[in-house]
Amino acid sequence: MTSPANDKPLPRNAASWAAKVDHLQVSAEQSAAGYNIQGRRVTGPQQGFGKLWQRTYSTNLGDAIDPKALIADWKLHFGDYWPDGATFHTAITGVAPGAVAPIGIDTGAGMTLATGILVLYADDESFTFMTPEGHMFAGMITFEAAAPDDGTLVEIKILIRTNDPLYELGWPVMRRREDTFWMATLANLAAHHGVPDAVVTESTTCVDRKRLWSNWGNVRHNAGIRSGLHMVTAPVRALRRSSGH
Amino acid sequence: MSEPVLAMDVRHPADGVAVIDIKGEVTAACETILMSAYDEANSRSAKLIILNFEGLDYMNSGGIGMLVTLLVRANRQHQQLAAYGLSDHYRQIFELTRLDEAIAIHDAESTALAAV
Repeated sequence: MTSPANDKPLPRNAASWAAKVDHLQVSAEQSAAGYNIQGRRVTGPQQGFGKLWQRTYSTNLGDAIDPKALIADWKLHFGDYWPDGATFHTAITGVAPGAVAPIGIDTGAGMTLATGILVLYADDESFTFMTPEGHMFAGMITFEAAAPDDGTLVEIKILIRTNDPLYELGWPVMRRREDTFWMATLANLAAHHGVPDAVVTESTTCVDRKRLWSNWGNVRHNAGIRSGLHMVTAPVRALRRSSGH
Repeated sequence: MSEPVLAMDVRHPADGVAVIDIKGEVTAACETILMSAYDEANSRSAKLIILNFEGLDYMNSGGIGMLVTLLVRANRQHQQLAAYGLSDHYRQIFELTRLDEAIAIHDAESTALAAV
C-alpha cells in the first residue's frame, strides 16, 4: 500500500491512527451525552491556554498479566475502571482509532460536566486520547503498558494545558482531582488483574510556564459553562418536546 | 519504553538555519536523541529549525508528544519550526493534531528555506 500523492509506503501502524477529521461527530445514540463535543475541533497542547504540564501515573503489575493482554482489556472496559463520579460513554467501536466518546463528570455541585475525547491512536501496547474544544484540558493522554525488565509497567502519560483562563484559575483544584481520579483508576485496573495492593506513583513536570494568552477566547467553548446552561434550559427543551416543536 | 531506532543528523545549509534529518522511528523513547539534535542545531543560534522527515519510517502518538515538547523549546528561544518530507499519512496526522498550525509544513527543503 502506498500514499497516493507521494508514493511513500504507509507505515506499519497506519491503521492505529485516527483518520483526519476537522470537526468531531457523535453518533445519534450518543447525542444526548455528546452535545458539548458535536462539531467541536480537537485541541492539542498548542491550542490551549495555561501552563503546559507533563504528568505520569505509574504502577507495576508484576507478572499478573502481560502488556498486550492488559491493553486489550483496558480498551474493552475503559470506563469500568473509572472511580465513581465520572462516566465514559464508549462508542460502538470501543476504544478504536477515530472513535469519539462523550464523558460526563460529576462536578459535585449538582451538575454533570459534559465533554468527551477522540481516540487519536490505538495499538497493542498503547492508546491515546485527544481532547476537544471546551474540555478542561487541551492535549493528549496516553495509556500504555510494557515489560521493560521486572513485570508489566502500566503508565498514564498526560501532556496538557488548561483550555481557557477559567479552567486555569481552577487548576490547583483540578490537579488534585486528577491525581485522585487517575490513581484510583490504576488501582482499580490493578485490583481487577489480581494486584489489590498496587502502588501508584505520580510525577509532574512543568514543560512550559508560559500561558498562551492568544487563546483566551477558548472560554467561549467552556464545557462547564455550557453544561450549566444546558441544565438550566432543560425545562424549556422538555416543554418544546411535549408541545411538539 | 523500547530502545530507540532512530538517527538524526544536523546540517546548517544557510545562516540562521538548521536542518535536522530524521531517519527511523520517532517515539517517546527518542526524546534524548531529538533533544541532542536540537541542542546541536541551537549551537549556531538558528532562527529556523527545519525537520526533514524524508527518512521517517514510523511515528506513534508518543512521537507527536515529543514534537510538542520540541516546539515549546523552540518557541522559548523565539525560533520557528518547519517540516518537510512528510508522507501524506503523517501530513494528515499533523493536521488532525493541529501541529501544522505551529509547525509550517513544506513539500521540499528548498521551499522551507525560501520561507525564511
